[in-house]
Amino acid sequence: MTLPKRAAADRRQTVGVQESETGLVPLLRQRLPTLLLHAVLIAVGVICVVPFIWMFTTSFKLQQNVFIYPPQWIPQPFTLDAYDTLFTAIPFARQLFNTLFVCVVILAGQLLFSSMGAYAFARLHFPGRDLLFLFFLSTMMVPSAVTLIPTFIEIRFLGWVNTYMAIIGPPVLGSAFATFFLRQFMLTIPLELEEAARIDGASYFVIYARIILPLIRPALAVLAVFGFVFFWNDFLWPLIVTNSADLKVVTVGIAGLAQGYYGTQWTVLMAGATLTVLPLIVAYFMAQKQFVEGIVISGMKT
Amino acid sequence: MAALSISPLKRREWLAAAVFLAPNMIGLTVFIVIPVIAGFFISFTEWDMLSAPEFIGIANYVELLTDDRLFWITLRNTVVYSLFVIPGSIVISLLLALALNTRIRGVGIYRTIYFLPYVSSTIAISLVWKWIMHPDFGILNGFLGLFGAPKLGWLQDRNMALLSVAVVAIWHSAGYNMTIFLAGLKGIPRTYYEAAQIDGATYWQRFWRITFPLLTPTLFFVLVISLIGSFQVFNLVYIMTEGGPGNSTQVYVYYLWENAFSYFRMGYASAMAYILFVIMLVITLFQVRLLGRRVNYDIA
Repeated sequence: MTLPKRAAADRRQTVGVQESETGLVPLLRQRLPTLLLHAVLIAVGVICVVPFIWMFTTSFKLQQNVFIYPPQWIPQPFTLDAYDTLFTAIPFARQLFNTLFVCVVILAGQLLFSSMGAYAFARLHFPGRDLLFLFFLSTMMVPSAVTLIPTFIEIRFLGWVNTYMAIIGPPVLGSAFATFFLRQFMLTIPLELEEAARIDGASYFVIYARIILPLIRPALAVLAVFGFVFFWNDFLWPLIVTNSADLKVVTVGIAGLAQGYYGTQWTVLMAGATLTVLPLIVAYFMAQKQFVEGIVISGMKT
Repeated sequence: MAALSISPLKRREWLAAAVFLAPNMIGLTVFIVIPVIAGFFISFTEWDMLSAPEFIGIANYVELLTDDRLFWITLRNTVVYSLFVIPGSIVISLLLALALNTRIRGVGIYRTIYFLPYVSSTIAISLVWKWIMHPDFGILNGFLGLFGAPKLGWLQDRNMALLSVAVVAIWHSAGYNMTIFLAGLKGIPRTYYEAAQIDGATYWQRFWRITFPLLTPTLFFVLVISLIGSFQVFNLVYIMTEGGPGNSTQVYVYYLWENAFSYFRMGYASAMAYILFVIMLVITLFQVRLLGRRVNYDIA
């Protein structure tokens, strides 16, 4: 009868310590798997975090001090020189503003227009609806590299190159994913509320604005958080359509910095990286629940 | 008359649907449908965007497939990169998810920390890793040096550069995949495990007979998402290596971008885009056919 014994040992390993034996050696044997697991998990955590810490400390050093061995984890002396250089070398404050501005406009547009589209797909009846929805879904399969060049040509034709419109225009009318995501969410809302409103003679627009929108707020929050991270980090498209420093977003700004004169000025580059990442980390800690929910929902429904 | 009396109501609903869908439809048409069609036609032209496009038939495709050594190098590099990143990220994230799907303490803290790399900008973290992997002053070589390891070239070594980029990609994506796996694991009913435990199944038996089969939909999703991402890798390469040293990290979308926006060969780059489109469609369909059939969807 070795099997039950092994299963019990196994359960201890996965479930944690429950039954207590006395004495130091049994206790150690019992806790050891859990302790080892924690050791591994902590090591992984360190690997996740150390690059950020290193980025952060480097940004407060003097340029000549970054080459010191062994490396300084606490800058001696502590200086804001790198940040001074960053803000004078490129219009970094302006670029931070640009990024925030395009993110907010794109998100506002996507949430509004995709929720409208989602409402039509979830609640209204019209010929060819399911076929059209399938078509929406299929556009998600198109890799962004495929539309890159023709979209650039369109933007050039519209005269939008090097304007905010070039960055905002393509995503602002909604995304197939957002529409899909919100439709799925709306399908889980019971119909009763709307039916009551319909009997009272409310128009579709009133039902959408007064009943549906408030109810889908959690889903909108999830999309907003994900969209913020996505558009804050977007790089290739803004790189292609903007060339003047005053219109660049931060990712393009610091990439340009890295490829120019400041390419080896690690303190300045790390200052740029720190300020690019910081808003995202703040957003993450503020809206962690939405992040996890978003991944869970988008991962499960597909 | 009866049929006609219904129709104003219906027409009102159709009109409402048209209005509600209009912004989405315009956006999708102008920025996805038209580009996809236009890209196809552009791929049969030679076009520098200064003069008018010139129709050259399938010459771009012929040149790419038979005469462009670099095209095959980028394709090979992209495949090799994907073969590093996808299994690497999936194995690590699955192990982490399994570890966190227990009653171990501090699950919330671990999960928060592991997800951090995914939230941060790839451009910023590429800069940070370029600095960490610096051959002379980087902390990675500094750390390995503590154990007596020789200094490695990482991104500056032709034989290591692609792997180094892949390591950063795994670091970046593992937390995201882990969160998806964790959600998948939570969806497996506890009663299955309890029943298996009563029957005396070992941890491995429980993993291969319960966890793994029921996790296949999640695994499938992660695989498709990872593939789409790794085949279009650009940001990491742009910052960390610019395709070098000696084309060793020259990847598909980077070369496509160079053709379009450095050499202004719009037709040629469009042909590359279409080849990528076909490759990704084929791989996705292949996955759906091959894995889709084995995917177990019966999670209640």
